[in-house]
Amino acid sequence: MQNFEYANPKTIQEATALLGSSWSDASVLAGGTDLISMMKEELTTPKRVVNLKGIKDLGGIHKSGAGIRIGAVVTFDELTENPIVRSEYPSLAEAAHGVTSPQIRNMGTVGGDLCQRPRCWYFRTGNGLLAMKDGQSLVPNGQNQYHAIFSNGPAYFVSASSLGPALIALGARVKLVSASGAREVTADKFFVTPENENAREIALAPNEILTEVIIPSGKGVRNATYEVRQKEALDWPLATASVALTMKGGAVGSARIVLGHVGPIPYVASAAEKMLAGKIISESVAEEAGKAAVADAKPLSQNEYKVQLARVAVKRALLEASGKKA
Amino acid sequence: MPDYSWPPMDKRRVIGKRTSRLDGTAKASGKAKYSSDLNPPGLLQAALLTSPHAHAKVKSIDTSAAEKMDGVTAVRVMSKPGTEIQWAGTEIAVVAATSEAIARDAVRAIKVEYEVLPHVVREDNLASVGNRAKPAGEQVTGDPDAAFKAADAVSENLYSMPVITHCCLEPHGQVIAMSADKVNYWPSTQAVSTVGGDIARSLEIPAANVHVQMDYMGGGFGSKFPSDKWGSESALLSKASGGKPVKLFLDRATELTIAGTRPSAFAKVKIGAKKDGTIVAWQSDSWSSGGFGGGGMPPIPYVFTKIPNYRLNHTAVSLNAGSARAWRAPNNPQASFLTCSALDDLAAKLKMDPLNLFLKNVDITIRPDTYRAQLSKAAEIIEWKKNWRPRGENASGHIRRGLGIGISTWGGAGHASKARTTIHPDGSVEVELASQDLGSGTRTVIAMVAAETLGLPLSMIKVKIGDSNYPVSGPSGGSTTVGGVSSSTRKAAMNALQKLFDVVGPSISAPPDRLEAIDGKIRMIGNPDKGLSWQQACQKLGVNTISEMGENDPKRTEGLNTGGASGIQMADVSVDIETGIVKMNKLVAVQDCGLVINPKTAESQVLGACIMSVCSALMEERVMDQQTGRVLNADMEFYKLAGIGDIGDIVVHMDITPENDKRGIIGLGEPPAIAGVAAIANAVANAIGVRVPSIPLSPNRVLAALNGRRNA
Repeated sequence: MQNFEYANPKTIQEATALLGSSWSDASVLAGGTDLISMMKEELTTPKRVVNLKGIKDLGGIHKSGAGIRIGAVVTFDELTENPIVRSEYPSLAEAAHGVTSPQIRNMGTVGGDLCQRPRCWYFRTGNGLLAMKDGQSLVPNGQNQYHAIFSNGPAYFVSASSLGPALIALGARVKLVSASGAREVTADKFFVTPENENAREIALAPNEILTEVIIPSGKGVRNATYEVRQKEALDWPLATASVALTMKGGAVGSARIVLGHVGPIPYVASAAEKMLAGKIISESVAEEAGKAAVADAKPLSQNEYKVQLARVAVKRALLEASGKKA
Repeated sequence: MPDYSWPPMDKRRVIGKRTSRLDGTAKASGKAKYSSDLNPPGLLQAALLTSPHAHAKVKSIDTSAAEKMDGVTAVRVMSKPGTEIQWAGTEIAVVAATSEAIARDAVRAIKVEYEVLPHVVREDNLASVGNRAKPAGEQVTGDPDAAFKAADAVSENLYSMPVITHCCLEPHGQVIAMSADKVNYWPSTQAVSTVGGDIARSLEIPAANVHVQMDYMGGGFGSKFPSDKWGSESALLSKASGGKPVKLFLDRATELTIAGTRPSAFAKVKIGAKKDGTIVAWQSDSWSSGGFGGGGMPPIPYVFTKIPNYRLNHTAVSLNAGSARAWRAPNNPQASFLTCSALDDLAAKLKMDPLNLFLKNVDITIRPDTYRAQLSKAAEIIEWKKNWRPRGENASGHIRRGLGIGISTWGGAGHASKARTTIHPDGSVEVELASQDLGSGTRTVIAMVAAETLGLPLSMIKVKIGDSNYPVSGPSGGSTTVGGVSSSTRKAAMNALQKLFDVVGPSISAPPDRLEAIDGKIRMIGNPDKGLSWQQACQKLGVNTISEMGENDPKRTEGLNTGGASGIQMADVSVDIETGIVKMNKLVAVQDCGLVINPKTAESQVLGACIMSVCSALMEERVMDQQTGRVLNADMEFYKLAGIGDIGDIVVHMDITPENDKRGIIGLGEPPAIAGVAAIANAVANAIGVRVPSIPLSPNRVLAALNGRRNA
């Protein structure tokens, strides 16, 4: 780890004033579960680290109109224990609970989950975000068992966010604040596929802080997340599906189906969403939706199995959301 | 000469009783200090510069900027210009500084020019390794071709296990201080009594000038015998820094990259049998690599060594990857997996219960009666008759359950060991030997043997180990420690007791050879009222202290210890056939190991070994990238190990019987770490109806097998 200046602001305003125009000027610290390892590996070497945990306004889960606002430094544990989240947004509670291990759930934060860097092992061993060598990505000809099944390149990593798919399915927005003002982007627009090595995988700018997540009312929205993860202990999901269904009678009115860990950004399965409208969820309908969700998948040389995992995740999430536990 | 033999089973007061580790509280509370915890005054921190290239020649190296940095006390080049690097992670230079941050800054300031050379880092496709393949000569017994022709059933398959690493929680390294030609050395080692001599050779100083101390160590598994380059180089950094102690422990990535591997094993195995399951022929074409040194053939066919007709071919593959070191039962888990998988597939082909096939063939094993009994015992515990279904004929639905069998054998006789027992006039007792406790409970076992021998409670025995100034006791490798240290301790304690009897006898008018030490008393055999308390007896020593040696000579163990352990493990798994995720329901380990001093720590040895087998069977592999020549998962995130929720129920049955007890003590480090992978792999085949040929049984491999795809 290289030396850095440590700042401990008490307000959002103080914090944004400490950021710079480039990523190497400053990094923000919340749970530190990703940043510290990035710094130890010297994959990031910020001149300044700005601690957000001392900022009161970034904490707490509050009612906001019919929905809720979740502060950026709320931990996974706080999220899973919150009664509103548990009752109205089970997909979010499940996604947070799926973050292994207990230590990370205790330290890791909502903002950190959305802003964490990809876990791609080429990136983490110092080959750059896109793992380019001689103008080509190392991933397609390399060890790609954990990589994207939805990508046209050059980015083949998978978004590491656990909460992103659930937040997109629930129609959430994220608030980004800089010294010059605030803006809100929808959760699906927050994730970006980088086209070159200098681009980032999120819409946040170096001088901005993600301050909160705003979720509209979940009343009447049946939602669930299903994760396929090999281990119970510390491990990353191989594929996840978050679904949110508004019902018309016993049938689906409209559906949101978002896959995680399958592409550089969470993958919105539009074909499956359209297919479900007007249908009553059954084992076979869920199975069909799963197939539709992965119809456009383009697996790499070693990850064809992830297509099946994504399909099964969609099926099981739908059955769970409709009360027919898989 | 006293009779050193172990007291009869029914007369033991301490041996054979479940006893908690003496150092358990210290370890659980953090009071125990491992070598990597030590921070002596004036400590300097060292950092390594390692090669990013898998195969390269060092053209030039410039350390001048690093040397000039404030806080840097010494810089040493470990790979001089002209050196050919054979794997990424090779040590290039090392820096000592007043803080770790400065040492790392200095490492970054070192400039190295390399001539990059072509590398080969993957052995899974033998056809693509070119001249890195080194075939060994063919071995043939009987007439395998004719035997296969005459066989009623022949099964043929390719099986493989990848390279894994030791992944020690306490990485390799040491704190070390060198002034003139004297060295104080606090390593993390499996060899307190030999590692000093090893480093002395590198430093070209007398072995007697090295003092080694280590109270606790955090895992070695066979990888921590040598002093290693980072040991001697740290000593030289210390010497160049005015003799201040230098600390260098490998970081996690380096630990997983260069501190040892378990070689892979790939084999096309063909096995033939008669209708009744009698195995008549074996043929295998195997290859393996543990790194640059290649990899030897696992001992196949394993345990079933008396197959009448076989042909063996093996190819070692040299890779540009970190080298192999002994890994808990070197080459045995591989051999067990290759052999038991072939047997299990043969049973499926014969539509036979594999348990019956194993039983049918116990006569061609090395210990037929033991294996027959162990197979029956394990089957009883796992309820084989009730739970086993023919391969693939499990209940419908997406969760499928299966059972499987694995088998093991090992030596495990005691190593050379000397111990000293001292009895002080105040009644206190010390046992000293330069052994180490790898965490397996060696300290506790030594105390139990001394307590039993002297008729004292455990709390009266002070065990002093982990210091090269104590009597020489062998390195902990090959499951030799418990046999060695318990035999030497027994003899030393017995010899000391004899001296005490010589003093006490006349004072109570009893012949010394008619005395016994029991329940804290020295008394006359057959006349319990005639005697003295331990304290009174020791007071008779006046100002004299008794200090006696005992030695275990592996050539003359006098029945105290022996080798030859057998084991059977059976696994019960559930597989989600939609996701390919394997869950452990149960792993049953039936283990023979002679006389068991402490059933509690013995069982805990088996539990640990079973957990290692679950990791290896389901998730553990070192992933090499041919393009960059690097390890991609040198971390604890994608180098996957099981957590408590992943290991299922583990049932240990120690074969403690009068017959086994008579054999004396047998080591238990390796034996239980062998059969688990085979058992789990066979259970998965039984559950899902097809063989998953490659370990680990991750979702990609399980689904590939289910979908008939070529393996990922």
